[in-house]
Amino acid sequence: MKLFVSCGSPQCLKVLAAAERAGLRREELQEAGPEDPVVPFLNHPRLPALKLDSGNVLFSANAICQFFFLSLGEEPNDSTNQWLEWEATQLQPVVLVALYHHVVQGKKGEEVLGTIRKQLTYIDDSLAQNGKPYLTDDRESVADVVLWGTLYPLISDSSCFLEELKSFQRWFQQMNLLEPCIKAVEFMLKGKGCQVFKSHLQKRPFPVITLEKPASDEPEDGESAEQIFSEEEIAAAVEIWMRGTAACPKLHQRQHPILPLDNEKNILITSALPYVNNVPHLGNIIGSVLSADVFARYCRLRDWNTLYVCGTDEYGTATETKAMEEGLTPQEICDKYNLIHTEIYQWFQISFDYFGRTTTTHQTTIAQDIFCRLLERDFLLKDTVEQLRCERCQRFLADRFVEGICPFCSYEEARGDQCDKCGKLINAVELKRPQCKICKGSPVIKSSKHLFLDLPKLEERLEMWLEQTLAQGDWTANARFISRSWIRDGLKPRCITRDLKWGTPVPLEDFKDKVFYVWFDAPIGYLSITASYTDQWEKWWKNPQQVQLYQFMAKDNVPFHSVVFPCTQLGAEDNYTLVNHLISTEYLNYEDGKFSKSRGVGVFGDMAKDTGIPADIWRFYLLFVRPEGQDSAFSWNDLMLKNNSELLNNLGNFVNRAGMFVHKYFEGCVPEMELNREDKKLLLHVTLELHQYNQMLEKVRIRDALRYILNISRLGNQYIQINEPWKRVKGIEEDRKRAGTVTGIAVNIASLLAVMLHPFMPSISVAIQEQLQAPRDLNLVAGGFMCTLPTGHKIGMVAPLFQKLEAEQIEALRKRFGGGQLENGSQELQLKTGPKPEVEVKAAAPLGDGARPADPQKVKELTEEVMKQGNHVRELKAKKAEKLLIDAEVTKLLELKKQLSLVEGKTLDAPTQKGKKRK
Amino acid sequence: MRGGTAMAVPVLAELSALEKTLGLPRSNKFSALAGERLIPILQTNEGPRLVGLVTIASYLVKQAKREQLLGTSNEERAAVQQWLEYRVTRLDGRVSGEEAGGVLRELSAYLQDRVYLAGNRLTLADILAYHGLHQLMAALPLHEKERYVNVSRWFSHVQQYPGVRQHLPSIVFLKNRLYA
Repeated sequence: MKLFVSCGSPQCLKVLAAAERAGLRREELQEAGPEDPVVPFLNHPRLPALKLDSGNVLFSANAICQFFFLSLGEEPNDSTNQWLEWEATQLQPVVLVALYHHVVQGKKGEEVLGTIRKQLTYIDDSLAQNGKPYLTDDRESVADVVLWGTLYPLISDSSCFLEELKSFQRWFQQMNLLEPCIKAVEFMLKGKGCQVFKSHLQKRPFPVITLEKPASDEPEDGESAEQIFSEEEIAAAVEIWMRGTAACPKLHQRQHPILPLDNEKNILITSALPYVNNVPHLGNIIGSVLSADVFARYCRLRDWNTLYVCGTDEYGTATETKAMEEGLTPQEICDKYNLIHTEIYQWFQISFDYFGRTTTTHQTTIAQDIFCRLLERDFLLKDTVEQLRCERCQRFLADRFVEGICPFCSYEEARGDQCDKCGKLINAVELKRPQCKICKGSPVIKSSKHLFLDLPKLEERLEMWLEQTLAQGDWTANARFISRSWIRDGLKPRCITRDLKWGTPVPLEDFKDKVFYVWFDAPIGYLSITASYTDQWEKWWKNPQQVQLYQFMAKDNVPFHSVVFPCTQLGAEDNYTLVNHLISTEYLNYEDGKFSKSRGVGVFGDMAKDTGIPADIWRFYLLFVRPEGQDSAFSWNDLMLKNNSELLNNLGNFVNRAGMFVHKYFEGCVPEMELNREDKKLLLHVTLELHQYNQMLEKVRIRDALRYILNISRLGNQYIQINEPWKRVKGIEEDRKRAGTVTGIAVNIASLLAVMLHPFMPSISVAIQEQLQAPRDLNLVAGGFMCTLPTGHKIGMVAPLFQKLEAEQIEALRKRFGGGQLENGSQELQLKTGPKPEVEVKAAAPLGDGARPADPQKVKELTEEVMKQGNHVRELKAKKAEKLLIDAEVTKLLELKKQLSLVEGKTLDAPTQKGKKRK
Repeated sequence: MRGGTAMAVPVLAELSALEKTLGLPRSNKFSALAGERLIPILQTNEGPRLVGLVTIASYLVKQAKREQLLGTSNEERAAVQQWLEYRVTRLDGRVSGEEAGGVLRELSAYLQDRVYLAGNRLTLADILAYHGLHQLMAALPLHEKERYVNVSRWFSHVQQYPGVRQHLPSIVFLKNRLYA
């Protein structure tokens, strides 16, 4: 074996590192000039090359690296293969250009790195997403060495903008410290930096090929892709189009109660049960209920037999405490907040088939049944536990009422059950320097007898089930990762009882003053809520053969759904339906900070409607920034931008133009269409986008699917722009015909968009369908892009769908909800839930008034007054003033706010939503 | 219907053909990223989606338990890897004009004393190179086929290999020399 390298040839670096790592002997290494024809059959000399003992030669640097890794018994896998392919096809060409710019042309900084920014960002994202120190694993693989070797010459010289790419930077520096990499760099660069490549690069032709845009992960505008369309493919798209809706199956009428059916796809969807004593914030909404809603609506659109249930999680200390604070019974608190939740979700148009609650007799029956089964099967342990008790408050402290320093990562504000920073679960007594969150006193440790679920005993079953489920189901990467790391860390028995009154009672004599701990109790809520919906609930929950269970949540909830609750279900041995697909989001931040229930930071569910921005716009924006793969942030400016660019200028503009043309030039009837080649290609292109949309939603990639909708309307806009029907319609007969065809196709694309939009923006979807008089009862997404509005079809009145958001309006909203007035925000929250129904707070202005510019002076005055009054109310509350007095002041505050919002012209609500609020 | 559309995009058709070659039930759904170069995607059940022709093709081979198509010895496996890379970097996207001549010259020189691209058996490298060259070979006039005789011999051999050709039309090569 002989490895030929040349110090002048950049690709040798990775090979040297891989060789060094595999222990290649010095005498097996031979230096050559970069132009030496070591590989006889290649047109252009190319190094490195590896001459094998068989006489065969490897000339691909990546293949040589692969060979060295194989020689150490390190096998490639799908992930390393993919990185190697990406490196060869996407990264190497652009790095070569960048290197040429840098070394030969002497360009610096951004001019050089800008060329490869996209690729670096891609690596950074991937690293951030997989959560591992290296690209594919916990140690370096062939992929790491190959990418590092290609990037090193360029990056080592300049690291100016890498600061924003934290994961990439961490990875790169880690690689630089590996012994083989250090040696390879010494050998190649000899401290001279990438100038050593100069003469070699100069001799090569200027690498023009790479001036083309680097291929991206997102489909881009249509034109570039069109050359690849083949004739058969176009013909297929045309055929579907021509077939029209005649052959299109009707959607089944949904009749409650919905139950699993034989020979149907039976889909059960749940979203994490929101805890009752808080108003959900935007992060909660996108994390669970809204995401689940999109999927549920999509499933119904596909005519799959779908049930979506959710409800409020009502038991636990937090409720008890809240009740004490407000002078109500826990049940009253739950009733009150359940209503608030219900109203918020109604406003957001969450399409639950049933939204229930956990404080029901079904909950007691089912939870106690599961408990008894676990007890009979010997999966419960008894033990005495040390618990934190606050003597000043006279109570055992629930986990969420303790704060302290995390024993694992030393984060200072770790909660009693889990650390927000490292995500590890904590036993409250293990916290360093624990503190009662209510009185700030130091709690003491007291002992009490409790029951534990014997997780170690169930571990083997769980692992078997999880392995199988992960292989078959659609689990998000974070859900897989969190679940696996839980099992890897080993399971410990978990306490399932609590010293409380507000909960499901433990049906044992010597535990009669105790209740089930919420984490044991709450997931059973999914079952009991379904039982409240139908007495045949077991057809859903004890039917794993027929039912596919999709559960939606934020990532902090994953362990309870993937490990703990499945253990409960497996241990109870009653043929329960276990989660098949677990879809968990990362976190959504608010502007630059965090939403926080306890600190009242950010926009909360009930305030969203007070902004005057319609629910569908909120849905769109939240779904657009849905934290898939990594954390994302809600930003007011971005909301405005996305509304104005994507909705108003792209989607709305297209749909409106298409409809207007039909209206204005063709008396409201879809004109005759004669397809030419360009039209046919467009049909195919739309079909392909639709196909992607379906594929994404089938895999619950919600955010990605939304992009395909916007792609289609972009295609539509381009199509109209190029063909100019408004000009042609005034031309000769032939032009007029062409205008008709273009208009007809465009309005049909709009009709397709309406269907595709349904899961995301249900009101807008209906609005378009009403305007176009498009069919709504057909299974239209699965079949491809067909002509739903045939020649002669009469459309209805066309009106704009979206309104522009103005900078001043957004600025006012940011001030109102932003960081500076956080306390105000949480105050408002309490006020809303007070005795005054908040419906009266806001008079809905007629549609179209929303964008009226506000009088800044007046706004300023009122804002100040609102703040002043808010402070006043807060002071009164703090002083525990008379309720009557507080109420009077609250009324004043509400009146002021009403005035303010009128002046700001914030009420954009579509009239359709007024009725619902007053239900 | 979705299968129908997917079939017509060349790279997706190629993957579907490969599935058949490998005797896999056609349960995989392929899609592609539009862009100036069409990159195929496969959403697997086990994990994140796979992107890229080589990656997906290798995955399919493993799925069909035909790992020998990826090479058996380390040397062979690296060589297969090399020619798969050659396919997506050199054959794809630049098979016209002079560049095409360069590729054919190179391959012809390499294949002078060989039957297959890697090792002494048919591998995935041959299958994908065959697909990658099909369009070019189909358009090649007879005298050019003769000029790159080693490529022609290899190509003709691979297209007759059971199960490889699938939907692609068979290309005619003459055994006797006309222009020599």
